[in-house]
Amino acid sequence: MAITEDLPPPPPATEPELLELWEDAPGIPGFFSTVDHKRIGMRYIYTCFFFFFFAGAMALFMRGQLARPNAHVLGPQLYNELFTMHGVTMIFLFNTPVLAGFGNYLIPLQIGTRDMAFPRLNAFSYWVFLLGGIFMYSSFLVGKMPDGGWFGYTPLVSKTFSPGLNIDFWGLGIVFTGLSTTVGSINFIVTIFKLRAPGMTLNRMPMYVWSMLVFSFMAIFSVPAVTLATGLNELDRLFGTSFFVPALGGSVLLYQHLFWFWGHPEVYILFVPATGMISQIIPTFSRRPLSGYLWVAGALVTVGFISFGVWVHHMFATGLPPVAMAFFSGVSLIITIPSGIQFFAWIATMWKGKVELTTPMLFAIGFLLIFLLGGITGVMVAVLPFDWQVTDSYFVVAHFHYVLNGAVVFPIFGAIYYWMPKMTGRMLSEKLGKLSFWVMFVGFNITFFPMHILGFLGMPRRIYTYDNGLGWGGLNAMVSIGSAIFGLGTAITLWNWIRSRRHGAPAGDDPWQADSLEWSTTSPPPHYNFASIPLVASRHPLWDQRPLPFATSGDEADTTGLGAEGAVQRETPVTSGIDTRPEGNLEIPHETYLPFVVALGLAFLFVGLLVKAAVVAVAGVGLAVVAVLWWTWRTEEDLAPPDHQAEAPVSVDAG
Amino acid sequence: MSRRRGRAVAAGLLLISVGGCGGHSPSLLDGHGPEARRVSGVWWLMFVLAAVVYVVVAGFIFVGIRRGRRPAPEDGASEKKAPKDDTFIWLGGIVAPVIILAVLAVVTINTVEAVRKPQNGELRIAVVGKRWWWDVTYPDSGVRTANEIHIPVGRPIDIELTSDNVIHSFWVPQLAGKVDTIPGQSNHLRLTATEAGTYRGECAEYCGIEHAHMSLLVIAEPPVDFDRWLARRDGGAGLTPTSDQAANGQLVFTREACAGCHTVRGTQASATIGPDLSDFGSRQWIGSLTVANTPSNLARWITDPESIKPGTLMPPTALSAAEIAAVTAYLEGLK
Amino acid sequence: MTATAAVVTPGATRPSTRRSYPTAWWGMAVLIMTEAMVFVILLAAYFFLRAASKEWPLGGIEVPKLALAIPFSFVLWGSSLPIFWAEAGIRKGRVRRLKIGVALSFVMGASFLAYTLYDFNDLHFGWRDNAYGSTFYTIVGLHALHVFIGLGMNLVVQLKAWLGRYDRGRYASAEVFFLYWHFVDVVWLAVFPALFLSPHIR
Ligand code: HEA
Ligand code: HEA
Ligand code: CUA
Ligand SMILES: [Cu+2]
Repeated sequence: MAITEDLPPPPPATEPELLELWEDAPGIPGFFSTVDHKRIGMRYIYTCFFFFFFAGAMALFMRGQLARPNAHVLGPQLYNELFTMHGVTMIFLFNTPVLAGFGNYLIPLQIGTRDMAFPRLNAFSYWVFLLGGIFMYSSFLVGKMPDGGWFGYTPLVSKTFSPGLNIDFWGLGIVFTGLSTTVGSINFIVTIFKLRAPGMTLNRMPMYVWSMLVFSFMAIFSVPAVTLATGLNELDRLFGTSFFVPALGGSVLLYQHLFWFWGHPEVYILFVPATGMISQIIPTFSRRPLSGYLWVAGALVTVGFISFGVWVHHMFATGLPPVAMAFFSGVSLIITIPSGIQFFAWIATMWKGKVELTTPMLFAIGFLLIFLLGGITGVMVAVLPFDWQVTDSYFVVAHFHYVLNGAVVFPIFGAIYYWMPKMTGRMLSEKLGKLSFWVMFVGFNITFFPMHILGFLGMPRRIYTYDNGLGWGGLNAMVSIGSAIFGLGTAITLWNWIRSRRHGAPAGDDPWQADSLEWSTTSPPPHYNFASIPLVASRHPLWDQRPLPFATSGDEADTTGLGAEGAVQRETPVTSGIDTRPEGNLEIPHETYLPFVVALGLAFLFVGLLVKAAVVAVAGVGLAVVAVLWWTWRTEEDLAPPDHQAEAPVSVDAG
Repeated sequence: MSRRRGRAVAAGLLLISVGGCGGHSPSLLDGHGPEARRVSGVWWLMFVLAAVVYVVVAGFIFVGIRRGRRPAPEDGASEKKAPKDDTFIWLGGIVAPVIILAVLAVVTINTVEAVRKPQNGELRIAVVGKRWWWDVTYPDSGVRTANEIHIPVGRPIDIELTSDNVIHSFWVPQLAGKVDTIPGQSNHLRLTATEAGTYRGECAEYCGIEHAHMSLLVIAEPPVDFDRWLARRDGGAGLTPTSDQAANGQLVFTREACAGCHTVRGTQASATIGPDLSDFGSRQWIGSLTVANTPSNLARWITDPESIKPGTLMPPTALSAAEIAAVTAYLEGLK
Repeated sequence: MTATAAVVTPGATRPSTRRSYPTAWWGMAVLIMTEAMVFVILLAAYFFLRAASKEWPLGGIEVPKLALAIPFSFVLWGSSLPIFWAEAGIRKGRVRRLKIGVALSFVMGASFLAYTLYDFNDLHFGWRDNAYGSTFYTIVGLHALHVFIGLGMNLVVQLKAWLGRYDRGRYASAEVFFLYWHFVDVVWLAVFPALFLSPHIR
């Protein structure tokens, strides 16, 4: 076994061969069959941004309606459909999946491996997400968009009060896309635990990897709750069960408990990876390591745990016993502490570093300033008696846009500026980027700050119009103007991105002199990411290990994946979860249509349920089952032997 | 008390001036009862804390950026001068927040106790959230009305909130926080109005297409006036038509579809699908505060309610012009 | 940022000496966590509804009968034993033991599934009747669906064994199935007391 300290990446002579070996089929076939995490990650990001602009455009229509008292831009039905689809899209079809998309692209690069642990499952989760999105959006085609609000409380969403298909698009769609999140999270967890490059122990993982690990664990423990909330509601709707029918012993509050048992963790599921991005950007542009690495990692994990204990703060007006509510109020206060820890870790990083105000850094600072306020208003609504006044008012709308839009979308935009050069190989324009930031930042505050005051003035949320004499007109006009400014700011980034695809300056491998492994490969990275797997000896390999050492393949069976030979074999090393010693090799599967076919089968199932066509549903299940059998048939060939000691020369039983 | 009011007024002025246009907002900072006032006290405390936290932390951010932007110092010199990473985290991320949060926790518990405690001599009112209006009953006297709730000043009120349809939420910002009306469950809201006045409230839980037009009024009047109001309804005064046209209107009302949904006490109209109209003429609004209660609005409401409140469950009624005029006169006379 | 180069620990790339599971096994383990959560939440919902109602089961439905439920529960739990045996066998490369163990487990699992279907047929209430019926059928039915899927996986493993796909060190899919089957049994360890025994306690 040789560690070649100063070995450069393999000689370019093998590169064309390698590339050919890893290349997807061109055109349509390759499009539907690729399993490359980078293509899938990009797809996630593009699809999500499509949804983002769509949902943003819906918000602009809503703001048109609310700009003046008694306006007639949208009728009540359409307004209700638009705010529902706006919220649903932003949460289920933009925020959650775009973070999974970045994770898809970045995790294998940051941990130094050649793909995800389950590349085909990865493709599958994208297809499920896409088809789930199309499923929900097909409601626009039949003019029956969901209209129950993003958390659609029963009995409003029961068959009795919402007989149309509208709610089914929403309920079934959430179950469907939830599958994508679950499968994606399983994939992240196994990838992060089993595919890290040798030397990248847990306490050397980039903070973004930590955040995606927490994201994934939170998702697998919470998504079942929302699946059950909307799923059981669909059983009530489609098959006449009575989970949520009070007259038959059901409970409408049960629905709320189920929904928010997911709903609250979900907001941190969004927030945690966003902070992970910030924890990459701030150190890079402060030119020093993140302060309090262990504090921050610990804070992420703690937030993950505590967030399962606060869901009732969304139900403070439901008349639960005050003692119980006060308990949840208290836990909601406690959950700010991990955020405070992260916050001061970032401040310390800048304080002691040398700050460079690039576009990603501007977005990070904008994030800090906005999240600070959004977090503080979060603390306020956690105070039970105050929440009784402001819940379901525009104060809460202000709070959650400061956090969702400010504390998640700003980091995502920062991440676009930070990582797009790696993904496309071209820089985005700094000038347009900074312009975009300032327009967004100003527009954001003009839009969402006045909403706090509107809440105080007694304006409830989810109203499609309001009367003249209430004194809400001026602020609402301001909000609407601000939303157009904010939208313009996002459009500038869109334009910047389009422009850069042609005119952007070449990025080079490491345009920001950053510390993590993704910057050690080319931009965009080759299909196999790393011809040889890098060897890690520090939290900041690119700062502390110059030049970066790469592994060579050893003679033992388990180590052949490490070097360029592994890339030739389409293998990537599997390492032990804690000490990252090689355990075997994982064969990266070739392109396949199976993930798409399985997802399609499931789509048939959901369409069948929607239109109550049993044949379609059964055919869909049949298709999926056949495809799954086919898919799993070759497991042994694709995976490293479980008991590798069988072939290894030395056999020491750990016992 | 007056200092509080002074602050509330100042804030109100500030908010309205920011708002740009006038109008009377039902502001939760403009409390007219102990429940709302306590909460605005909590708000002002939190506001001060929040302002301090924001300014201090944002200050750290800016100083951090500025320090971080000065030319590169001698190697390691700045690292030595600056506080340790852990110091930042301990003080800013743990010690300071714990102190602030402890204060808030105490405030929370105190306020909750004070605001939701049952009191002696409460007046009971039963409110049912409907789609999209409020059904109001005074269980002790059996008086029933809709959307406009009269209460006596100074007396604690216990509002029982229920629903037989979807979830709504009862919110009168100037008097108290919200409580939902939930099917299969009975909730209680306690409030007291310490000043006479008309307080606007809204349905705060999204409840379907006309959630926006599900407002209500709480009219607090001196106890004598309130008792008179209640007695008048209890006794059935004002129910006899006052003119021939109105008498004719009563006939039309009970003969036509109206009586299939509404009640007017002392007549054959006794259905409970729509609001009780026994004191309709004394109400200020039609359609849960959608339009002012004028004869012409009422005529339009009866013939084409959708044009006023799209999605309302009240069907249009095909009546001749004369019939409309008669029904309008009848209903407006029910005071 | 200091320029001192961090040095890779010697031996960082030496193979791990511990026995390890294939990535697919880990994937199944994580899938099981989320599946377990499904059952935890359903059982929580069951007790939530129960706590809110005056009688349980609702609407005069009789408490679940135990005469068959108890023996068949033991059959299901017992079906994990042949799996342990088969696993120990294939680890030593004994495919025949794998085949026998898996087949035995299949018979036990299938008889449990047959019992469940028989029991469903025998009940005097439907899943539409009230919330008790809805939760009962949903939870027991979902578990039965898991048994059914497990039996399907069982057949695939059996088939692969017959086709000679397995040998010492090559049995990842079998290992994944073993884990899943144990999970199906463990879930019943929670569902059975909650749904069948607890209604007898008032
Ligand atoms: C990214 C998403 C995100 C994040 C991060 C948060 C963060 C927090 N949220 Fe928020 N929240 C939402 C998204 C989010 N929320 C959404 C979407 C809703 C509404 C859903 C709907 O109804 O549609 C909601 C609603 C909501 C409610 C219910 C309101 C209601 O409906 O009536 C509550 C109540 O407790 C709450 C509390 C909090 C708290 C205490 C935090 C804390 O985590 C904030 C902690 C952070 C800080 C405080 C700043 C940094 C800390 C310091 C600098 C230390 C010093 C500070 C102090 C001592 C104060 N949130
Ligand atoms: C990530 C989450 C997210 C984001 C980013 C946003 C972004 C915005 N949101 Fe929203 N919002 C929610 C999540 C989010 N929202 C949720 C969860 C709800 C609750 C829903 C519910 O109650 O059920 C909600 C509700 C909500 C309401 C309350 C509705 C009500 O209660 O009646 C309002 C009102 O103003 C609003 C406004 C806006 C605006 C103006 C933006 C702006 O930031 C949007 C900016 C505009 C753009 C980004 C569009 C740019 C478009 C172009 C430039 C045109 C190009 C077009 C194409 C290419 C198609 N949102
Ligand atoms: Cu009733 Cu909203
Ligand atoms: Cu929450």
